[in-house]
Amino acid sequence: MERILAQAKEVAEEAEVFVVSSEETPVQFEANRLKHIQSKQSTTVALRIIRQGRIGYATATELEDSQDLLSAAVETAQFGMKAGFEFPPLSSYPGVETFDSSIESVSIEEMVQLGEELITKIRDHTPDLLCEASVSKGVTSVRLINSRGGQAGYRQSVFSLGIEGQLTQGTDMLFVGESQSSCHPILETDGIAEVVLRQLELAKDQAKAPTGSLPVIFTPHGVASALVFPLMAGFNGKMVLEGASPIGSKLGQKVFDEKLSLWDDSTLAYRPTSCPCDDEGMPAQRTPLIERGVVSNFLYDLQTAALAKTRSTGSGRRSRGGLPAPSPSAFIITPGNTTFDEMVADIKEGLVVEWLMGATQGNIEGGAFSGNVLLGYKVESGRIVGRVKDTMVSGNIYQLLKQIVAIGNDARWAGGFLNTPSLYLPSVPVAAK
Amino acid sequence: MANIEAIGHELAETLKKYSADYIEVHLEESQTTHITYRGRKLESVSQSTAVGGNVRALVRGGWGFVSFNSFNELPSRVESAVKQARFVGKEESKLAEVEPVVDTVLIKMDKSPLTIPLAEKKQLLDEYNDIIWSTPGIQTSMINYGDGRKKTIFLNSSGSFIEQERADVTLSLRAVAAKDNEVQQANLSLGSLGDFTQIQGLNPKVEQMAKLAVEMLSAPQIKGGEYTVVLDPVLAGVFVHEAFGHLSEADFVYENEPLRQLMTLGKEFGSRGLNIVDSAVLPGLRGSYKYDDEGVPATKTYLIKEGKLVGRLHSRETAAKMNEKPTGNARAFNYRYPPIVRMTNTYIEPGSASFDDIISDIKEGIYAKNWYGGTTSMEMFTFSASEAYMIRNGKVAETLRPVVLTGNVFDTLKNIDAIGNDLEMNQGGGCGKGGQAPLPVSNGSPHIRIRHCLIGGR
Repeated sequence: MERILAQAKEVAEEAEVFVVSSEETPVQFEANRLKHIQSKQSTTVALRIIRQGRIGYATATELEDSQDLLSAAVETAQFGMKAGFEFPPLSSYPGVETFDSSIESVSIEEMVQLGEELITKIRDHTPDLLCEASVSKGVTSVRLINSRGGQAGYRQSVFSLGIEGQLTQGTDMLFVGESQSSCHPILETDGIAEVVLRQLELAKDQAKAPTGSLPVIFTPHGVASALVFPLMAGFNGKMVLEGASPIGSKLGQKVFDEKLSLWDDSTLAYRPTSCPCDDEGMPAQRTPLIERGVVSNFLYDLQTAALAKTRSTGSGRRSRGGLPAPSPSAFIITPGNTTFDEMVADIKEGLVVEWLMGATQGNIEGGAFSGNVLLGYKVESGRIVGRVKDTMVSGNIYQLLKQIVAIGNDARWAGGFLNTPSLYLPSVPVAAK
Repeated sequence: MANIEAIGHELAETLKKYSADYIEVHLEESQTTHITYRGRKLESVSQSTAVGGNVRALVRGGWGFVSFNSFNELPSRVESAVKQARFVGKEESKLAEVEPVVDTVLIKMDKSPLTIPLAEKKQLLDEYNDIIWSTPGIQTSMINYGDGRKKTIFLNSSGSFIEQERADVTLSLRAVAAKDNEVQQANLSLGSLGDFTQIQGLNPKVEQMAKLAVEMLSAPQIKGGEYTVVLDPVLAGVFVHEAFGHLSEADFVYENEPLRQLMTLGKEFGSRGLNIVDSAVLPGLRGSYKYDDEGVPATKTYLIKEGKLVGRLHSRETAAKMNEKPTGNARAFNYRYPPIVRMTNTYIEPGSASFDDIISDIKEGIYAKNWYGGTTSMEMFTFSASEAYMIRNGKVAETLRPVVLTGNVFDTLKNIDAIGNDLEMNQGGGCGKGGQAPLPVSNGSPHIRIRHCLIGGR
């Protein structure tokens, strides 16, 4: 790395070398039995330079051919954007715990046993269920150095455990599932099994959804599959900078119901979304985005922050080896004090949405979502009466989140990147066959 | 950079000595270029190279898989794949028989994207971006361009050794309009099997796209409910991919007994006029190839013929376990993943109706065009149009905001009651499955009409 940096400094004003390498072992079950064991080793080297004021960028999968990497970066710098920022010098980072060495000692046998145990627990309830499960452990090392003396590095362990069950009866298919991830090994299956068993119980009977605007409770998975992606786009500093975020001009204004508070947090201990610094070496932080309904911050990387004349929020992330761009780490919605059962009891006729399929395809940037209820239930007179099908739930989050009836006390992780309670909205458009 | 041919030949000598039922090795090297624009300016240019590989082993029905960037200690990686497979395997290994193949498939192309200088690529994108920005009411624009070339070496313990090269070009353009905190957008996605000329000369389309984004700001949102819809070839292609393509992938079916019963060959899914095909042997499309990632020659497979289920897509394992012929549909996104059953170029064959025939007797309906995306749970699927218009009294009428459509595979295909004569293939999409995305595919269709299609809305 140091050699690449030294070579780059000879032809460019500034340079940064970023190396991420990982070892991962997924164990996969298909059709209720062990099918696949894998091990994956990967390395990515990324070189970012500032040459004649412009940004150049190249990546490779090995450190050896540094000359090719450098010439590719130099070539792109002819056309790259003008750099508005400087690489951060050596700084101190918050102590964010991301590595648990005990993950390395979890054996393949133990991982297989966890998967089998989970499948057994769920099929004891519904023997005809066909399950896919995966148990995975991995360690990622990240290291970054730049020409201003900045350097950062950390190791991260990730363990994940998940199951998806499918039940085909006639032409009807039911899907249930849950997954968890942590930097610690997850060695017990009860938490996941409990969620799936509850889904199976609630989905036992079928019910018909009406067409019209109805009260809807989005469970944590419901929030993750329907509401959170438009929010992530809206708080992205790039969208704000370009005037393409509907809340971009609303900093300090109340846009959402005052019960709603949201922050982005990459400092939570032992979460796979946490790290001491972002992918540009800026310290991790906890950034409030919505405080009691008021828009309070947007997320920035170095370059976007420079163009917007503000500070990086430590949100520069590289997806698929690309240049850093503003991206959330983990979104956290503050829980309320209403129980899920109290919300259901409050509804005369409405829905509970657990999983909305296809809702992330559409005018996300404008706040719109629309999807088919893959798993959701009908509520009648304060009681869940069965699973709904062939039902679309749609809306615009900037209208819908203006008024929230209640926020649950049932916060949990959904999809690994969101910690949220259930949200109970008074009137959401529903279309059903 | 590591010489993957030499490494492949060296390994080929050794594969037979391991005690496994089957071993295959994939080696890959690739070069890619990405250019993005945000707003008025070019935002980033990057170039990447990658070299890596994997070993997949089968022992008594269990699979082991080891992927790597580092070519050190390859024999021990093969051993560990075999060891993993042995740990998993408790049954009998079943793979459909295929003849070992030794072949080299190189790309022939006058204008390979790799030979085109960055400056020329930038010039084309500048031109498109200028068109977007010359439209009044545009708030911002986004352009993503990517191209690449990939060489793969496949070898297995039965003696196959296949070297294949492919190139790829993708372009997506987006125009965003905003007014009074409302944001609307329109998009255009294209791709080709490495042919740069296919993304040139789009000026009128780009202009139309930008105007549409602005027009959508004042367009109404439709009320949710059931409608008669007409899909353009692009959206109908996404529809056939989501609504039926995925369900015909045998890995969803082969170990699921109730689903196997439902998907018995001969079962009626649509009217006599409905024919659905998947074919990697169509020349020059993004889903085209000569051999799949298990070294099986590509085929043209009818999935639905005259409304009846007649075939499905297979890997060697699913074909063997269902006693059907392999179709050459096992594909891996790259060397970091094992091959799984995937689509290639999927389309509805053309019928005889003209566009006017299709819409002339619709009193009130929706004409949905172009796409944002689609997804499926097998039974139910959604697909989203990025353009929509009312149809009133047989004519295309006012612009609507984008719509998301949904259906149930067991009803919706039967509700197709008109198939146009104007088949077009769309190459702007990528397919996702099992975390492997976006895999280059194409899909297509003529205009089609669907009765009683459920649409989300206000």
